[in-house]
Parts: sequence; structure tokens; C-alpha cells
Amino acid sequence: MISRTPGAVRHAEPVGGGGDQAADRPRRITAPVTPGDLVFRGVLRAAGLSVFLIMGLIAFFLLLRGLQALHATGWSFFTQEKWLTQSHVFGIAAVLPDGVIIAMVALVIAVPVALTTAVYVSEYAPERIRSALVSLVDLMAAIPSIVYGLWGLFFLQPRIVGFVRWTTMHLGHWIPFLKVRSGDIGASYTSSPFIVGTVVSLMIIPIVTSLSREVFSQAPQGEREGAYALGSTRWGMVRSVVLPFGRGGVVGAVMLGFGRAMGETIAVALIISPKFTVTTHILENGANSISSLIALHFGESDPLSLSALMAAGLVLFGLTLVVNMLAAVVIGRSRSGAATAD
Amino acid sequence: MTSATDRIAITPEEHASMTTTTETAPAAPAPPAAPDPDEQRRIRLGGVDAGTVRTNLGAAAGSLALTWVLYERVLPFSGAFGFLIFWYLLFLALSWAISRLQWDVRTVRERLVQSLVAGSGLLVVALILDQIGYVAFRGAHAASHSNFFTQDMRHTATLSPITSGGALHAVVGSLEQLGLATLFAVPLGIAAAVFMSEIGGRLARPVRTVVEAMTALPSIVAGLFILGVWILTLGNQKSGFAASLALTVMMMPIVTRAAEVVIRLVPGTLREASYALGGSQWRTVLSVVLPTARPGLVTAVVLGMARGVGETSPVLLTSGFTSQMNADPFAEHQVSLPLYIWNYVRYPSTDMVARAFAAALTLMVIVLVLFVTARLVGGRRPGELSRRQRRLVARDLAESFTHPSDGTS
Repeated sequence: MISRTPGAVRHAEPVGGGGDQAADRPRRITAPVTPGDLVFRGVLRAAGLSVFLIMGLIAFFLLLRGLQALHATGWSFFTQEKWLTQSHVFGIAAVLPDGVIIAMVALVIAVPVALTTAVYVSEYAPERIRSALVSLVDLMAAIPSIVYGLWGLFFLQPRIVGFVRWTTMHLGHWIPFLKVRSGDIGASYTSSPFIVGTVVSLMIIPIVTSLSREVFSQAPQGEREGAYALGSTRWGMVRSVVLPFGRGGVVGAVMLGFGRAMGETIAVALIISPKFTVTTHILENGANSISSLIALHFGESDPLSLSALMAAGLVLFGLTLVVNMLAAVVIGRSRSGAATAD
Repeated sequence: MTSATDRIAITPEEHASMTTTTETAPAAPAPPAAPDPDEQRRIRLGGVDAGTVRTNLGAAAGSLALTWVLYERVLPFSGAFGFLIFWYLLFLALSWAISRLQWDVRTVRERLVQSLVAGSGLLVVALILDQIGYVAFRGAHAASHSNFFTQDMRHTATLSPITSGGALHAVVGSLEQLGLATLFAVPLGIAAAVFMSEIGGRLARPVRTVVEAMTALPSIVAGLFILGVWILTLGNQKSGFAASLALTVMMMPIVTRAAEVVIRLVPGTLREASYALGGSQWRTVLSVVLPTARPGLVTAVVLGMARGVGETSPVLLTSGFTSQMNADPFAEHQVSLPLYIWNYVRYPSTDMVARAFAAALTLMVIVLVLFVTARLVGGRRPGELSRRQRRLVARDLAESFTHPSDGTS
């Protein structure tokens, strides 16, 4: 359909006459928007904008419900380590750094495994098993976190305690944060930030792996062949072409994994024994994180402590939002990110 | 995406040159029976040859023996975890040594990296299989009693035998909450995806950014949000419906992201054909774009469901806990499988833990069924026909030949 402006009609007329210069000029065709389309677009736009609404409502209501506790505690909410429901002492100065420590442990374990797996899947794996491997990594992301928790609590923990004990006995003298101060009994080594971090690492391996694999597989074919033509081995090609190409994407993927690790709840809450001091020794019993604090304390009926949990949730929400936005910026600015953007 | 298609688009000249090269290509490699030294050889990069296999097998066997002697007999170590680490490190060292005897440094490094990355891939696969296997192993005990799937926990106390009580109420609750959440999340998610890819405009990019931020929303925050709005502010009870609202917040961005990727793959020519036939935009989207992308959309939905059914923390805060069957998601507390596991695994009774593992096994089976369905359905690209569709097209074609007079439709 042609737009019904007078100009368009005037241009359209001389076509029959022929030989007129004006007729050869390209005309701008604008389709009229039917009422049906207007409604349709309105509905879709509303659906698209609903994500703003949802995110806005989340921030608004967490703030609204959390204000009561923030008023009561003031700035000490961020400096107080203790969380005492009865005496209304609330503070996240211990749970926040503890959560970061758990997430860091998870990253230290997950990143090497995830990156080497991504290199294997995208560069080394035979064609036949490649898609199966990709599916398996996706499946790993779909395994419910409560199953990870069960596995960590009943399978991993009894088996890893011996390793933890050996590490602290032989390395604890030289590396202070590997020391266990509570004596050599079995319970000293369980429920530690290290074990929780190990379980959380399994949950972020699939995220980091699949994002990095995607980035690696987009390394330009021409540059790969150039490296081979210069006599490079496959590892030489990966090191000089694929890894530099994917650097930005990998950094972004690691940050996304960090955000996910910070927000992980159930596996952490299932395995840790909660405590409210900042962790300095990662192999020692006891840790906490904001999300597990919420999961373990939400049942308390006291309105002020619920409000304090809302405030803690708001901090977690803001933190993961910032980390994810930063990750998006890093990915968007990198060369591989520019190749995938529209 | 548009720039990508631009780059892939092939001009006629290029196409001509490409076809000529592909036509000459089969002629270039002569039959491999003639070992002419001047003949072009196909160079295989990496890959696995007999020498590598022998080297790795030798290194594995040697390091296993050495680990057994050193780790179990000589050094004061014990435990399976340390054994595996020790074995792996020794394997790397030994395979370096054996390779160094045969090849130069560059080749050795290549081989070592190959075993290193393959080892990682193997580790990840082993971890997944171990998790599934362990849950199946521990869950089989309680799940093998049929009462587990026919009873709820109403008459079951902490020390009741395994022949009493089950998870029927949790299965019902999980399916109802998942169904409701799917009902809310799918139309919203797909509409948002269509908005980003079909309408676009200035708002598409911020919407995409927010959707990505939502995908990474901590699940406990979604639960806290519904707790704050639906239960504390609006004064409703904890119910299965509240849980499904929290699940919607988790599932919607997953569906949106996956759906957008698929919708973008629908060829633009199909849209243009629809417009050229006089179709309006909503006609084009509903009868051309979405049907073409259907397999991928189903995958997006089913993957979202697989993620949603296993979410624990949103449900924990919103649905409440009950040991009784409650088939009505809109009233009273309603338990679901993740919550059932979370609650009973912390009992100090082996039978309760066995029930929790059986529930975990049930949950894993649901997730696996959904996941495999998603993979089977979504194996095709948009526009690629399934076997049944191809048969239908062939039949229509055959009919149009046998009854040429009917071919007007």
C-alpha cells in the first residue's frame, strides 16, 4: 500500500504517461497502519515494557518494606556484624563479605575448569560429540539447586573432608587463611566456606562454560587459518587467536558467574552452619551469605526482622544488578561482543 | 543480526566463483591409493592418532600404578578425592615425559594441552553423571515403594517406616504451580520477545538489557518480592498461586531470551512475502513468523519450565508448607517437590532423608523429561520442516499433479 499523502498521488499519476523524469525517482512507500496493527503494537509494547515494571516494582517494594528496619538501625545496618532477631540488632557487615568470599572460592574453582572445558568443546572435541557436550553443559545448568545441595551435603562433604584436613595440616602453617583453629575434630572441617564454594562452583561452571564457548566459536576463521599458515600448532592458534578474541566475553562471563554465585541460596543454606562474623579462614566450619540468611530467617513473624530481611534482599538485588550491568558493558565493548551484537 | 546477514549474503559473482571452486575441488585430491610425494596431502590438525592413544594409555597405566604405590603405601595420604588429584597430576607429568621421548617440545605441549582440556571436559561430564547417578542411587529406596507416589505425609511421623507416606501432594503442587507459572510467563515472555525483534525501535535495546539483568536475578529476591507485595502488602495468604507468581518472575526472562533468539532467525524474506500479499503486521507475526519459529519457541518454553520446576527459594518464601494434599493452588498452603526435599532432608531420620532423595529423583526425572523434550523438538532451525511436514508437502505436491484442475487453491 502506498501512503495516501497528496504528493504520492501526484507522483504516481505520470507513470502511465511515460517519459516523465519525475516518475523514475524512487518513491517512499509507507504502509498505512491499520487499527488492528495499532492494537497489536500496543499490546506488544506493553509486554516489552512490563519488564521495566517488574524490575521497578521489585526495587520499590523491597525498599518500601525494608525502610522500617533501615530507619530503626540507621547506618549501622552496613557496619553491624550481628543479626539478632530478639534484640532487634540487624547488620550485614558479616554476611555480605562472607557471601563474597564464598563466591570467590566458587570462581577460583569454576573458572579454570569452565574455560578449559569451553576450549575443549569449541576447539578440540570431535564433531560427533560436540553437540552432545553442549547439551550436557546446558543440562548441568538445568539441574535444580536443591539437588546440588543434596549432592554437596551427602556425597561431596564426607569425601572432601580428608583433603581439607590434609591441606590445613600441611599448608596451614604457612598460609594463614588455610588454618583451622577449632581443633582436629571432624566437625571443624565440615560446612566451611570452601565446601560451600565448591558446590556453588558446580552451579556456575555451566554458565561460564556456555558463554565462553559461544565466544570462542566465533573467532574469525580467517585469523585461525592465518595462524595455521604461519606454522602454528592448534594450541598456538588457540593461544594467539581464540583466547585474545574471546577475552572480553570471558571476563563478562566470569562476572555473570560471580553474580550468580552471590545470589545462590538453597545449596548454601543447606550446607553451611550459619555464623555472624567475617570469615577469615575458609576451611573452617561456619559461613553465611545474604541469600541463605533470608532463606533461614524468613519464617520469623516479627515484622521488624522481616523488614530487615527485605533490606538485606535489596542490597543483594542492587549488588547483583550492578555486577550484571558491568558484565554486559564489558561484553558489549569487547571485540567478540561487538561481533554478536545486532 | 542484520549486519551478520549482510556479511553472509553472497553476491552473484562470489557465488559463481564459489561454485567453480567446489566443482574443481573433488578433482584435486587424487585417489589416495597412489602415494605420490608431490600430491597434495590433506593436513589433519590435532586429532588423535595411534601414537597419542598409546602414549596416553601408557601414561595412565603408569601413573595409576605409581599413585597406588606412593599414595596408598609410601606417603601418609588416604581418601578417594586426593587419590584422583594425585593420579591426574602424575598422569600429566608422565605423559609429558613419555611424549618428550618421542616428539619435539612444540608437539609435546600440544599433546599436553589436549589432554588437559579433554580432562576438564571429562570432569564436567563425570560430575553431571555422578549427580544424576547419586540421586538415583539414594532415591531408589523410597521411590521403589508404591506408596511414595500415592500418599501424602498426613499420617507419617518422623519415625514412621518407609512404607508410610509419600510425595503425591508435592508432585501435584509442583505441577500446578508450574502450570500456572507457564500460563503467565509464556504469553508475556513471547510477546516481549516479539516486541524486541519485530517492533524494535529505541526501546528494544533497554528492554533487552533489563531482560538480561532479570535472567540473573537471584531467585530468593523473586520470592522476597512476591512475599513483600502479594502477602505482606496486599494481605493474601501464602498459597500455590503466590508461588507461581514468584516462578513467573524467574521463568519469564528465560523464555524471552530464548524466544528472541529463535524469532530473529526467521528469514526476513518470509515477512516480506507476507507483506507483499497484503498482510498486516499482526497477521504476519501470528501466521508467518510465530508458526515458522514454532519448534524453537517450544524449546524456549520447555527450557523455561525445566528451570522453573526446580526453583526452591521463590517457593520457599511464598507457598507455605503443609504435609497434606491440597489440590487448590488459590487457597491454603501448598507444598511442591523442591520444598518437600528442603523440609524433609533436614530431619535426623534416615527414612525422612530417603524420602527427600526419592523426591529429588522425581524432580530430576521431570527436569530430564522436559529437557530431552526441548532438545528433540528444538533440533531444527526455523523454517526447516519436520519429517511429517515434508511428507505433507510431498503429498500436496503429488495431489496437485494428479488433480491439476484442483490446483487453484
